[in-house]
Amino acid sequence: MTTMTKIHLTNIDKPGQQSLDKYRERGGYKALEKALTMEPLAIIEEVKTSGLRGRGGAGFPTGMKWSFVPRNTGKPTFLLCNADESEPGTFKDRLLMERDPHLLIEGMVIACLALQCHLSYIYIRGEYEFVANVVNQAIEEAYAAGILGASVMSKDFALDIHVHMGQGAYICGEETSLIESLEGYRGYPRIKPPFPAVSGFLASPTVVNNVETLTALPWIINNGGAAHAAMGTEKSKGTKLFSVSGHINKPGVYEVELGYPLMDFINNECGGIRDGKKLKAVIPGGSSVPVLTAAECVGVLLDYESLLKAGTMLGSGGMIVLDETTNMAQTLSVIADFYAHESCGQCTPCREGTGWAAKVLRNLLAGKGKKSDINLLLKIADMMEGKTICPLADADVMPIRSFLTKFRSEFEAYCTE
Amino acid sequence: MSEIQFSEEAKRRFDTILSHYPEKRAALIPVLALAQREFGWISDEVADYVGQLMDYPPADVLSVASFYTMLHRKPVGKYHLDVCRTVSCWLMGTYPCVDKIKELLGVEAEEITPDGLFSWNFTECLGSCGTAPAMQVGDRYFENLKPEKMSEIIEQLRKEDESK
Ligand SMILES: Cc1cc2nc3c(=O)[nH]c(=O)nc-3n(C[C@H](O)[C@H](O)[C@H](O)COP(=O)(O)O)c2cc1C
Ligand code: SF4
Ligand code: FES
Repeated sequence: MTTMTKIHLTNIDKPGQQSLDKYRERGGYKALEKALTMEPLAIIEEVKTSGLRGRGGAGFPTGMKWSFVPRNTGKPTFLLCNADESEPGTFKDRLLMERDPHLLIEGMVIACLALQCHLSYIYIRGEYEFVANVVNQAIEEAYAAGILGASVMSKDFALDIHVHMGQGAYICGEETSLIESLEGYRGYPRIKPPFPAVSGFLASPTVVNNVETLTALPWIINNGGAAHAAMGTEKSKGTKLFSVSGHINKPGVYEVELGYPLMDFINNECGGIRDGKKLKAVIPGGSSVPVLTAAECVGVLLDYESLLKAGTMLGSGGMIVLDETTNMAQTLSVIADFYAHESCGQCTPCREGTGWAAKVLRNLLAGKGKKSDINLLLKIADMMEGKTICPLADADVMPIRSFLTKFRSEFEAYCTE
Repeated sequence: MSEIQFSEEAKRRFDTILSHYPEKRAALIPVLALAQREFGWISDEVADYVGQLMDYPPADVLSVASFYTMLHRKPVGKYHLDVCRTVSCWLMGTYPCVDKIKELLGVEAEEITPDGLFSWNFTECLGSCGTAPAMQVGDRYFENLKPEKMSEIIEQLRKEDESK
């Protein structure tokens, strides 16, 4: 095990960390005190300097996103914390909220100061009710201690934070769908532009940030943006949480400095492949990113640019490890079923394409497939890619195309003619 | 007027929910969740009631409700088991657990046991992939499932119900 600087998980295993007292005892809300002495634009500058990129999947630079928010529009600005966490293989935001809820609240208050936002929501997926209970308790404590409410830490700044529970829909993690859902509608993604920064929740300027992004802020304010930018690689600064699952000895959530070698991570941090088996493939960033074969994993670093160069993406950091016993055709079929089930149905290519692909794969597994079905699946993927309102259709294309091209013979083995 | 009514406690909860939003409409989904907790599922009658409370036509309420998989448009058992079938859980053995559930309860997905106590269905990734396979029962998760653990869990839920 390495002893690396931790930004998010410093106190994650410490007893009583959920309580305000323990959180404070371990240095909590010091960053907020500092931020309260800073100009809003200076906070944004600090975050820009840090090089922090959104941890929800898209990796957009956080400071830049904030600077797109128009000021003095006469409308309120909203910060929405995206805690919908539904990307298959991802379970890091849950850990952060369950074990260190005040870290999220502190990060959110800092973001609200920077954005001059006075009303903010945490959109938590409905299944995480037990997680929301922890967060709600921390929010209550923060109100009672004057950290939230009419005057944040006795300063002339009002802020309310509420938890809003989803009710089961993967698509509501997409930011414009999240906004529709928060407004009380079906979670249909909106066409962009306008971007939420200009017109989001209730047609007002809105920033949507992931839990992990927001929990990086206290560290950045305490230690300075430059200290954050000193960690990681040229384009990937700081640390990243990886949720590791599948055929691995020690599944769980890990925080490593960006740029950490993938194979060292699997073997040294995560205890290697289960039952002494050989590695077959890795899906590094949630089921929506292309799969890497074991050979492709060699030499790859865990950062945005290295994974991109390897033909995949960092995504949410939901790493799914597959050993040599894995049936890749069945695995893809399970993944394709997910997207077919979760398509919101607004765009024809996505609604029809995700369903069709899932059906062709099930047919293939049932021994009723033809060799031409493999090319048909690739054609369905082409038909869906880049032609829809939101990237869910592309998220189905990534596994379909990569599984079929990299493990084609396993699919052919099912074909009858 | 609708026949059904929120309990006093639910009415208080309803007022709290509304106070969290600058516009009433934004409270619709949390109010639907509250209604489901009160009445078990979102029947047409419940949608009517929510519509009245929120000033929306029932059809609008139903259209929203039907988008969200946690809002039930059919009755479910008192304990509804949502078993994750997504990739990490599937890899770690969702189906052997589901076979055991079917055997123990004697019902298929979406059916309710004759005593009204149990129903089950598949669900998608619950955010428990590292402790797979997983299932959700109400506001609880059961993780690291194994076929041989299923009867113990079901017995536990039965006992909980008896002691209520
Ligand atoms: C289909 C789909 C699902 C998504 N699900 C999530 C999610 O569960 N959590 C999340 O933070 N971002 C999710 N995103 C990304 C959000 O749209 C958005 O980019 C992100 O919340 C922005 O926050 P960040 O800049 O801090 O990463 C999803 C995107 C898509 C297209
Ligand atoms: S791409 Fe799919 S999920 Fe996204 S808006 Fe279109 S139909 Fe809905
Ligand atoms: S795949 Fe089952 S909890 Fe994520």
